[in-house]
Amino acid sequence: MRDKILYIIGAVALILLARDMYLITGFPAEANQGAIFKIIFFHVPMAITALTCAMVAFVASILFLITKNFQYDALAVAVTEVGLAFLAGNLITGSIWGRVAWGIWWAWDARLTSALVCWLLYAGYLMLRNAIEEPTQRATFAAVFSIFAFIDVPIVIFSIKWWRTQHPQPVFWGGGSFPPDWSAVFGWQMLAILLVGVVFTAVRLRQEQFQREIDSLRRMAHAL
Amino acid sequence: MAFVRQVLVIMAKDLRAELRTKEAINASLSFALVVLLLFSFAFDPSEETTREISGGLLWIVFAFAGTLLLNRSFARELNNDCLDALISAPISGAALFLGKALANYVLVLAVELIALPLFGVFYNVRWTSQFWQLMMVIALATWGMTVTGTMFSALTVNIRLREVMLPILNFPILIPALLGAMQLTSALVAGKPIAADNDAWLKMLIGFDVMYTAVSVFLVETVLVGG
Amino acid sequence: MNAVGVESVWKFYGDYPALRNVSLSAAPGACLALIGRNGAGKTTLLRTIAGFSRPGKGKIAIFGNSPRDTATRRLMGFIGHGISVYDELSALENLMLFGKLYGLADPKKTALEWLERTGLDRVKDGLVREFSRGMRQRLAVARAFLHSPKVLLLDEPFTALDDRAIAVLQRLLHEALSEGKTIVMSTHQLREALELATHVALLNRGQVAFHGPRTAEMVADPGWVYARYGEG
Repeated sequence: MRDKILYIIGAVALILLARDMYLITGFPAEANQGAIFKIIFFHVPMAITALTCAMVAFVASILFLITKNFQYDALAVAVTEVGLAFLAGNLITGSIWGRVAWGIWWAWDARLTSALVCWLLYAGYLMLRNAIEEPTQRATFAAVFSIFAFIDVPIVIFSIKWWRTQHPQPVFWGGGSFPPDWSAVFGWQMLAILLVGVVFTAVRLRQEQFQREIDSLRRMAHAL
Repeated sequence: MAFVRQVLVIMAKDLRAELRTKEAINASLSFALVVLLLFSFAFDPSEETTREISGGLLWIVFAFAGTLLLNRSFARELNNDCLDALISAPISGAALFLGKALANYVLVLAVELIALPLFGVFYNVRWTSQFWQLMMVIALATWGMTVTGTMFSALTVNIRLREVMLPILNFPILIPALLGAMQLTSALVAGKPIAADNDAWLKMLIGFDVMYTAVSVFLVETVLVGG
Repeated sequence: MNAVGVESVWKFYGDYPALRNVSLSAAPGACLALIGRNGAGKTTLLRTIAGFSRPGKGKIAIFGNSPRDTATRRLMGFIGHGISVYDELSALENLMLFGKLYGLADPKKTALEWLERTGLDRVKDGLVREFSRGMRQRLAVARAFLHSPKVLLLDEPFTALDDRAIAVLQRLLHEALSEGKTIVMSTHQLREALELATHVALLNRGQVAFHGPRTAEMVADPGWVYARYGEG
């Protein structure tokens, strides 16, 4: 049953993605920036999906600390990994855009810098998990760190924005503007990428449950 | 009242144990010196531009040197399973945490205040021109660094790669605080007092300190006693 | 009221239950020996009773209260695998530190008394890292008894000790029992433990296989419980 739902969501996501790709390639090039502006259809939804993942991880971590239910721990690690993948996608698309628009791969733009800091924060979360053997301790410590990291996200975003405004910059985003008839497709694209995130998370969640079962059986075998 | 006394007892214990051996503080000081020296090779110390980025250099030295001290904080309790005795003592996790954090604070501040005049001499920076405001910035940013560092020292004490994990966890979290400290310090050592254009950084530092102190005190019992 | 009450306690490592539905109790003045094979859950149970970690399900009560209550912790003394004293501090400083944390009226006086009782008064200002193994162990015993706890929790107390420390500890434990204090200890050394114990609990893969008063058979043949109730 759960498998079927997952396949259906996956199929919907794929169909949506294919349809959006078709429509996006059909759009005319943007007036100021040309075709590269269309990367925004991937760049922005990926950032929003990653942020959603961070939020879910935060809530799941709090719920784990309250209930000690390992389902929440599994959810936290699943969405953190998926979020990191999407944030990496966001960083890469941003960098490609920068290469075309400014001729450089990386320009310490405020948004890209914040995204990179957040990526490092959550990569730390995964490294911490990797270093702890005992599952209950791993889940507890990781949840505490996830809370610390999530609190930091808004502080990072604002402080890097201030930092950037104090240092004069070339004008970013080259004055590109979003034609109004693109917004419907953008909405569908947002949904498609969010659904891809849901499917990845569900798959990873199941893997995490198997992992826990294996770990428990291994301990049982050692105790015999 | 009992709470304050317990905090002070823990703090005095950590300081006394550290000052007996001076292991961590000596390591931290020498490391600060080495990094100061390395920067002089990377950036020409007589250049005006180096003075402009001096706030940044200084805080990188502080963050690196501080990490060495913070790493020792809970590691000190590992020998002989001393943490067991502290956890079974009738004090709250919050008292234990604050006592250890304050001891770290004193040690990190001591290293910073020794490194600061050396930095002024080496890089020809007149850091005393806004002395009290600079002290305030150092006090605030160091507390932020100490409070998250002490918490992560507790998180990483039992795990593989403890020494590496602490900076990997702590530095990204600290980026806003370090950014603020760097901006303010650069302005202050250039002789410009904190004004309307950069007091937002000061507010951010205070907010960072208050927020992470509160969250740490709230969650430390969970970390110590677990699930 | 029971001095130590363990009610249907489960403790999980991930999904693996290290303790399964453990129920035990010890009345004031009783000495309960927890026995069982390595990995049977003795240390896990003792540390959960001591409040080092919370049970996944079930309840631990020390004189009716949670072991995490500050007031309850004042009543408990714990000796674990490590000596739990600081190498960089002197013997006196160590005991005074814990005396202050336990809120003793006169930490220095109590600390000096205990140094005398454990035969460490001549080296009271010596740093622990310069102590011999036996001296460190006696200091560890003094540290655990300092605040005259009503419940003593001992994890393998005789394993790492030398003869003199065993003698000191056994004298103190007999004294404690005669004063109506409660002892729970996990142990492999059946002979030393059964001599002291009033009750015995055998743990087998996280479950209680046997719990009852110590009998004459057990003292005569320390392997009797294992033979009768399974190898654990």
